[in-house]
Parts: sequence; C-alpha cells; structure tokens
Amino acid sequence: MGNRNLILGAVLTAIFTGAALISMIWVPYDITVLDIPNKIKGPSGAHLLGTDHFGRDILSMIMAGARTSIAVALVAVGIGMGLGVPLGLTAAAHKGSLLDELIMRGNDLIFAFPSLLIAIMITAVFGASALNAIIAIGIFNVPVFARLTRSGALSLWTRDYVLAARVAGKGAARISFEHILPNVTNLLIVQGTIQFSLGILAEAGLSYVGLGAQPPTASWGRMLADSQTMISFAPHMALFPGFAILLTVLGLNLMGDGLRDMFDPRLRRVRG
Amino acid sequence: MLRYFLKRLLSLALSLVVASIVIFLALEVVPGDPAAYMLGINAQEDTLAALREQLGLNGSLIERYAGWAGGMLHGDFGISYTYRTPVAEMIGERLWISLPLALFALCLSTVIAFPAGIWAASKRGSVVDVVVMGVTQLGVAIPNFWFAMLMVLVFAINLRWFSAGGFVGWDAGFLLAMKSLTLPAVALALPQASILARVMRSSLLDTLSEDFIRTARAKGLSKRQALWRHALRNALIPVLTIIGLQFSFLLAGAIIIENVFFLPGLGRLVFQSISARDLIVVESVVMLLVFAVIVVNFAVDMAYAIVDPRLRGRR
Repeated sequence: MGNRNLILGAVLTAIFTGAALISMIWVPYDITVLDIPNKIKGPSGAHLLGTDHFGRDILSMIMAGARTSIAVALVAVGIGMGLGVPLGLTAAAHKGSLLDELIMRGNDLIFAFPSLLIAIMITAVFGASALNAIIAIGIFNVPVFARLTRSGALSLWTRDYVLAARVAGKGAARISFEHILPNVTNLLIVQGTIQFSLGILAEAGLSYVGLGAQPPTASWGRMLADSQTMISFAPHMALFPGFAILLTVLGLNLMGDGLRDMFDPRLRRVRG
Repeated sequence: MLRYFLKRLLSLALSLVVASIVIFLALEVVPGDPAAYMLGINAQEDTLAALREQLGLNGSLIERYAGWAGGMLHGDFGISYTYRTPVAEMIGERLWISLPLALFALCLSTVIAFPAGIWAASKRGSVVDVVVMGVTQLGVAIPNFWFAMLMVLVFAINLRWFSAGGFVGWDAGFLLAMKSLTLPAVALALPQASILARVMRSSLLDTLSEDFIRTARAKGLSKRQALWRHALRNALIPVLTIIGLQFSFLLAGAIIIENVFFLPGLGRLVFQSISARDLIVVESVVMLLVFAVIVVNFAVDMAYAIVDPRLRGRR
C-alpha cells in the first residue's frame, strides 16, 4: 500500500516538476501574446486544453503556473526549515530553559495567526506579490518545523550515543548538528513534503483572491479567479487549472505518506 | 487545577498582548497618512489636523497603541477611515454571516467525519475503509475555492437548486438564510471533514490496539461493544484537538470562500478595506480573528484538563 502510494505520488510530482522545468525553456505557445480571435476555445488539436479569454493557450499557462506554484512553495518550505530547524534544535538542546520557553511561546503565537491572516497583513502593508506570498507561507512554516524538530530531538537527547558524545566533551551545538540533526532528517523530509503541498494550496488560494503572484506571472490561482465569471460557458477554463492543483497536491501528499511508511512503518503521524 | 488554570490564563493574556502589539506595529509601518488619504490632495492643513485629532492619529506610538488596545477592551474599535462609521458596528454586522458560516461548516465537518472515520476504523482494510481513505485523500488535496466553483457550476448554474452567490439576509427567514450559506459551508467543510475523518480513524485504530480493549474483549464484550463503550471515548482526545484547531481554519478560510460566493462577511470586509487602505478595519478584524483562535485553543486546553487529569502537568 505504502509503496504504491509512493510510486503514484512520485510520478504525479515528477510530471508537474517536469512541466515546470520544461516551461523555463519551452512552452507550446507564448503566454504573453494575446490572440483575441482564438479566445475561449475548447480543447482541440491546436490547443490541447483550449484557450482562455485572451486567446492564450491554457496548457502553456498551466506549465508556467506550475513553475510559480512550485517555486513559491519550495522557497516557503526552505524558509520554514532554515529558521525552524535551528530553533527547534536550540530549544531541545536547552530544554526547560528560558530560551526554550521563549522559542516555544513564539511558535504558539505564530500558530495563533492563521497563515491567510499573515498573508493579508503582509499584503496590507507591502502590497500583493509572489514574494510576499512566499514570506507569508514561509513564516507559517517556521513553527511547524521548530516543533517537529524539537520533539524529535528531545527523545534523541536521552540516547546513549548522545551521552557518549557529551562525555567526549562535545558542546550542545556540535551534538545537535552532528548527532541529532541527521537522525531527524527523515521526519523533516516527510513533513517537508506535506508543507510543500500545503504551500501549493496556500499559493493558489492567495493568488485566487489577488494577494499572490501578479500579472503577467502565470499562476493557477489567478487562472481560476479569471475563469470564475465565465464558468457557465467556458468550464474548461476552470477545470484544467483546478485539476493541476488537485493532482500536484495529491501527488505530494501520497509521496509524503509513502515516504513516512518507508522510513518508519510504525510512525503514523496525524496531519493537522 | 486552580494553579494550572491561572497559569494558562496568564499565558493567554500575555499572548493577546503580544499579538496586539505585533498587529499594531505591522500596520504602523505602512507609509502614508490616512487623514490625507481620506480628504484627498486638496485638503486644507487645518482640516487635516482636525481629522487626525478625531481619528486619534496624533500622539506617540505608545499613546496610539494604548488608545487602540484600550478602546478594544470596551468594544470601541475606532472609526473606519473610509466609511466614517464605528468599526465595531461594521464588524458586528459582518460577524452575523461569518460566524454562522464557520459554525455551520464545523457542524457539517463533524457530522460527516465522525461516522466516516468510525466506520472505516471498525472495518479496517475493507472496501469501506479503502473508499473513505481514497475520498478523504482527495478531499485534503482539493482547493476548497475550486470545489466551491464546481458546486456553483453544478448546483447553481445547471440544476438551479441554489443561488450562485450573495446572502438573502436573516430577515428573509432562518431557512432561506441557511440555504444561501449551504454551498459555502459545504465547500469550507470538505477539507476539514477529510482531515477529521482520517484523524478519527487513526486515533480509533490506535486505541483499539490497546491492552484495555483486549481486556474488554476477554471479558466477553463483542468487537462492536468494545468499540462503542471503551475505544471511542478514549480516541476522542486528538479528535477534539483538531476540531479546536479547525475552528480557526474555518474562520480564516471563510475569507476566501466568502469571495467565491460574494457573501458580505468579514472576509469581504477585509479585502475591501485593504484596497481602500482602511487599515484600522484590517487591524481590528485580524485582531478579532486572532483573539478567537487564542481563546478557542485556551478553551480546548481547559476542557482536556477537566476531562483528563494527566494532561494538567504538561507544559
């Protein structure tokens, strides 16, 4: 079961990552060129997924949109890990100290702001852009990774090999990086996959309400927003970008589940 | 127990203060003078000064924060820069849509997830289990605003069972009002129900493998009796945590869904306020939502401490 999930997930992820990579050098049609005579055409031989209200090729837009989605979600996960993991390691290394308390309460505070609210505040202050969407999603990822790292690290600090390292005179920072970090990597990869998929959903949602990537950057969320008023006579404009999001997120989730089963069959983490 | 309660209450108050400072400072960074924005470029200097005074924009940073936070404590959220009406009134009106919507979705999510999760767990590995797991996997992956659009296409445009958007108002009668909230609530509830059903299932499976269930079975209880009498109650703790967390996701998620259905709730208010640079409204709505999240989490913690004494010592 786990293996099948992993393969299906990896295939879906590979398809969309591949589409994003290919879009950097080639797309079927230039999406910055308007072709009004061919607007709102259904799928055909010339345009596999049809065209939108400006006559742009939807397949090309989805490929370029994949690039935006993946880039935003990937950088956001990077921010979350880059800040969250060291914070979690520090908190675990100094468990019970004032520093630990400060880090964990800070995490609770960020958790109290739903990610969408952070994004709204950032947009209100700095304006809407893909960069601000990344920051908003990234900030929300920090406490996720900090908590996970801390709880994973805490149980490792009681292990004999850590004790041995302390006896050998290694400091807390060195033990954290040399002995603790390599042993929480599996946890981080699984959670990273899940946060990646949540990031793609969040980016789509933000772009849909106009707080994410701005034109002319292609974005799945904005394609859906554009299609909304035309859904009754051009449903293909709404269907394809939606399926792109669904399949990408599904692929990442299946891959996360599969990886988790592979790393540790007993580990059944609850996803909140 | 009292000590634990007081400690958590102190931390609740502290969180609220810190959150309010963060929100206040974040929006304080915004360049531009709201008074100048409201009166336009031809405004006289003395009119501007008078308006600034009226809006409470004069004074030091600390004075302004104290004015804003102090006002909120007794329900005075300030005056909207664009509409010139009290923010509290505007929020109050919108809350009558957003709050029922979130609660409606929470009920739907629970009503769907509980039976699905329990059913799947009790027949682990069966067709039912596979179907529930498959559907919830899709439910977690689907963007809810897209699902909302698809529902509009099917149920509003093609079948004409519901209107495609808007809110008839509570004056039109409870049933009609609820009807206009139905599609939005379903869209909001779908991902949450999927998560909840999966949590319910895995928590129940964990509990079913515990020793006390084996003891209950050894005593002669049937599988079904053991599940309903002993396992379910013990499996509920993680489920309740998720329900508590979901309330905040529902309130915030409503912001996007309200835009799909053109519901005049808090979400629309926030977006209108952002485009109008009406920051005091944004500030107040964000603070209100954060307040709701912190208080709900506090309530969930307290509920546990009452139910399960072992949890009082933690943290």
